[in-house]
Amino acid sequence: MNLTEYLNKRLKKHKILLMTHVVVGYPSLEENWKMLEAMGEADVDLVELQMPFSEPSADGPLFVKANQDALRNGVRWKDYFDLMKSASERFNFPILMMNYCNTAFSMGFEAYCSNIRIHGGEGFIIPDLPFEEFGELFELSRDQELDPIMLCTPTNTEKRLQNICEKGSGFIYCVARKGVTGQNTELDWHADDFLRQCRKYSNLPLALGFGLSKPEDLFQLHGKAEIAIIGSALLKTWEAEGEPGYRKHLMSLADARD
Amino acid sequence: MERYNIMSMPTQIISPDISGYYGDYGGMFIPEILRTTFEKLISSFKEAKADPEFWQSYVNVMQNYSCRPTPITPLENFAKSLDGRFQVFCKREDLNHTGAHKANNVMGQGLLVQRMGKQRVIAETGAGQHGVATATMAAKMGFECTIYMGSVDVERQRPNVFWMEQLGAEVISVTEGTATLKDAINAAMRDWAESMETTHYVLGTTCGPHPFPEMVSWFQSIIGHESREQMLKLNSKLPDRIYACVGGGSNASGIFLPFLEDQSVELVGVEAGGHGIDSGKHAARFSGGTVGIAQGYKTYFFQDDEGQMQHTHSIAAGLDYIGVSPILSHLHDKKRIRFTYSTDEEVISATKLLIRTEGIIPALESAHAFASVIEEARDIPDGAQVLINLSGRGDKDIFNIAEAIGDHKWQEFLEKKARKS
Repeated sequence: MNLTEYLNKRLKKHKILLMTHVVVGYPSLEENWKMLEAMGEADVDLVELQMPFSEPSADGPLFVKANQDALRNGVRWKDYFDLMKSASERFNFPILMMNYCNTAFSMGFEAYCSNIRIHGGEGFIIPDLPFEEFGELFELSRDQELDPIMLCTPTNTEKRLQNICEKGSGFIYCVARKGVTGQNTELDWHADDFLRQCRKYSNLPLALGFGLSKPEDLFQLHGKAEIAIIGSALLKTWEAEGEPGYRKHLMSLADARD
Repeated sequence: MERYNIMSMPTQIISPDISGYYGDYGGMFIPEILRTTFEKLISSFKEAKADPEFWQSYVNVMQNYSCRPTPITPLENFAKSLDGRFQVFCKREDLNHTGAHKANNVMGQGLLVQRMGKQRVIAETGAGQHGVATATMAAKMGFECTIYMGSVDVERQRPNVFWMEQLGAEVISVTEGTATLKDAINAAMRDWAESMETTHYVLGTTCGPHPFPEMVSWFQSIIGHESREQMLKLNSKLPDRIYACVGGGSNASGIFLPFLEDQSVELVGVEAGGHGIDSGKHAARFSGGTVGIAQGYKTYFFQDDEGQMQHTHSIAAGLDYIGVSPILSHLHDKKRIRFTYSTDEEVISATKLLIRTEGIIPALESAHAFASVIEEARDIPDGAQVLINLSGRGDKDIFNIAEAIGDHKWQEFLEKKARKS
């Protein structure tokens, strides 16, 4: 079963799916594991594991700090892939690699794809790699049966949106607003319009990300998007309330799928 | 000295391919959110570049507001102190308004902002020179202005922060990462991702995603076009060597590019050797860097084996940067430009020598080029003519230079001042 088929199957069970995010090595690898366990128990549908980078240009202040602290904690590729492997063996949700393009470039695109495959990942998200720069990465990911997740934004022209959607695989990552991660998204008619536009060009499930935080956000998206992506809001809760608060927040989001 | 007027549009000596690449370097590695903004910028710049009136308005502004054309000064005493076998000249970019070549780029981009009808400009700054230049341009042209500056640099360059604020700019101290130039660039990019409809990002150097390297080097090439004409007029021949310091690479691209096709002219880029290459504390990307992709473009970066950017070090904040212009990387690989470096220590003694022999106070950045001429003096042929790009003046460095020289009278003065307030 490929990723799209898996998502469509899950969609028979839920009105919307939940994708969550972990910055590997922040606050620590041990705490990452606790987050993943909570995600497993909440039966989260999809998880992206972010490999930290020194120049996280598409991230907001909270994730920038998380990237920086994770690197200060000494996280390297090996730690990242070890965690990916343990998590893919232990939990049911599929895992995507999220990283900046220098990580894939430094590793070499071929090694990058085979590493994700060997360690149990199903695809990847690279926010600073536009499709023009993919080169052989499309072919290499096909060889390893990985889904390269494409990002589109409301600022894209119609033509580019179509282009991105045509190259999409797995699902389409729709960035809900201008700016970087961790900001508030007003789910107004703009987002609706934008999702309708993406739908015009793709049959893949649509994931809406950037700035979602509460169950109400998910309720509002029922029938409009197939996946809600929650990143910084959960990390914020971990920092403020620790594991118990995190679990509660995660459960409330998981419940808001129906 | 006679004034030289460049009235005709210069031809672009080196152009990127359609994807913004110079050979293997450059490109546009940008989040999708910025794509449309970049495409608009590319087409605005393309139109402006094809419009002779735009270049004319640029030259006019630079003449009336920034002392262009800047003179070439023969440095006879300096040359004599190096045993006098060859001649040394310097291009006086320090005489630009705001004291450095940075004015060329910001005034050009300012005119472009007017053309695009935007009302706000943002910029990153390392040494503070580009920040002051941008704030000055914004004051003159009536734009709102926000400057991002690493908190480490804010500490090193307080006088420039003071002037930026007096000029009406909001200065945001960036504490993330290494709190230097690269982090200021990240912060400015983040601002732009949210403000692009009304705001232009005035990138300060020939780095970043396409079209910035092309655009900044086009404006900066006024340095080399003038120099070429001036040296021909002065000596009836082209210089044998040209030295320029290299941080991001804007002053070097500016003076080098118009000489690219003159094969007899040796071009030497001087990077920041910091405490020496072996110490690991430097910013010599061509000596200690590898090819990578960050901050929107592909080039030589100072990074580890997993592509994480490393701390750079230089006594000159303006050279303290992880990446280098993709244009220069391309010309490095093609061996058209030779790259070397000068250490902090060599730079301090070069600064002292230039001040004493010529009465010129160079910026610590520019002093790298002078230090390299001193270092290589033995190998420079008899009768050769060497041109150095004096990219900026050193007044801003008074705190750092005084500290490096260990001037105790200055130290006492600072202590007295501090006690008073």
